[in-house]
Amino acid sequence: MDSLQKNGLITEELNVYYGTNHAVKDINLTFPKHTVSALIGPSGCGKSTYLRSLNRMNDLVEGTRVTGKIWFEGHDINDQGEDLQQLRRRIGMVWQKPNPFFKSVYENVAFAPRYHGMKNLDEIVESCLRKAALWDEVKDRLKDSALALSGGQQQRLCIARTLALGPSVLLLDEPTSALDPISTAKIEELMFDLKKDYTIIMVTHNMQQAARISDQTAFFLLGELIEVDQTKRLFTNPKQKKTEDYITGRFG
Amino acid sequence: MSARLSFHEELEKLHQNLLKMGTMVEEAIHLSVKSLAERNEDLALQVIHHDDEIDGLYLDLEKECFRLIALQQPMAGDLRRIATVLKVVTDLERMADHAVSIAKATVRLKNEQYVKPLIDIPKMAGLAQSMVRDALKAYIDQDLPKCYQIGKEDHQVDALYKEIYNELIGIMQEKPETVNQGTQFLFVAHYLERIGDHATNLAEWVIYLVTGKLEELND
Repeated sequence: MDSLQKNGLITEELNVYYGTNHAVKDINLTFPKHTVSALIGPSGCGKSTYLRSLNRMNDLVEGTRVTGKIWFEGHDINDQGEDLQQLRRRIGMVWQKPNPFFKSVYENVAFAPRYHGMKNLDEIVESCLRKAALWDEVKDRLKDSALALSGGQQQRLCIARTLALGPSVLLLDEPTSALDPISTAKIEELMFDLKKDYTIIMVTHNMQQAARISDQTAFFLLGELIEVDQTKRLFTNPKQKKTEDYITGRFG
Repeated sequence: MSARLSFHEELEKLHQNLLKMGTMVEEAIHLSVKSLAERNEDLALQVIHHDDEIDGLYLDLEKECFRLIALQQPMAGDLRRIATVLKVVTDLERMADHAVSIAKATVRLKNEQYVKPLIDIPKMAGLAQSMVRDALKAYIDQDLPKCYQIGKEDHQVDALYKEIYNELIGIMQEKPETVNQGTQFLFVAHYLERIGDHATNLAEWVIYLVTGKLEELND
């Protein structure tokens, strides 16, 4: 597939079922490399479920069935034979609430590389903390507990921890909804920097955030993809009335 | 959802105030040309004094737009509506200034006998005025065909301007004593031509409001 050269991830006719509940319906989306994509929509619209299916996290939820194709690095990762551990190194996830390990700042980043037998842990830790724009704030406190950091710092630590595994795609599920505006601004700035090296896909409830930092925005409603477009177009001149109603607050 | 409802009520108020300003500007243009044709200084002074009120409304509308952008973070159609108001009020304000300039020409010429009866200037004024009126109607009805019609009418205004220009130059060359008066009429014709351009801008903003596309109607 030629398009995989310039695209980080593509889903084709992706469906997710929880038992009999058809939560995500026939989603065709393309995530170009080195861009930030925002998934927006009201609670329960399937955007987080969709995001979780992108690195097979839904496999962990009992009764879940995912059909369709997810093209990544030249093959369909929704295939039964996929090595999930390897997959989740390449497609990392950052959650809504910062969830650092009950360990030191250093160990949070070094833990997984050490587990995988990687060398030069000091270098990896420094480089990942730098990429996550946290190094200057924690370089003198590497031995301190990660839980002593502020919420915003913890979230950047979680991003650094994800980067340590060498992913090419980052999935973020409302990464700033538990953070204050200044920490939020730092994370947003960070995403802007990180997209040079990664494909970023983010679920957000904050439409201004989607408008500020994403290149393309996808609007989900009741499990369906209503509209996807360049962010600047979607927020100034959406094609679908449902999108217009949602983003102007005329919904429901 | 009451906060949102009131936002949409505020948008409606913005819309109403824009129409109010539009009507006032249309009236100012009408009266300024009438004052010139009838050599009515009182009417001219009325237009000049009335302009403060238009300027006041202009500033209020601008402030209101900035306030809504800052506090409501409007998106999509709401954003386009506010952006349109912000641009349209500028065009309307300029038109009102041109009406004032025409009224001032009336005052300057109050003691002069006109070299010839005014025919083409009122004709041009009538056309410019109807463009302004149509643009406001097109805004209310979000009427795209009318917007394109206004673009065509602007070509007629431009053609009339050229005719008047050539005629006045001819008269002034023939009778140098008419230079003062001729220059005033040239200015008036130029103001009317500009009013036509601003009306065309209005039509372009209506197209943007409806379609989200920015277009040039007078190429």
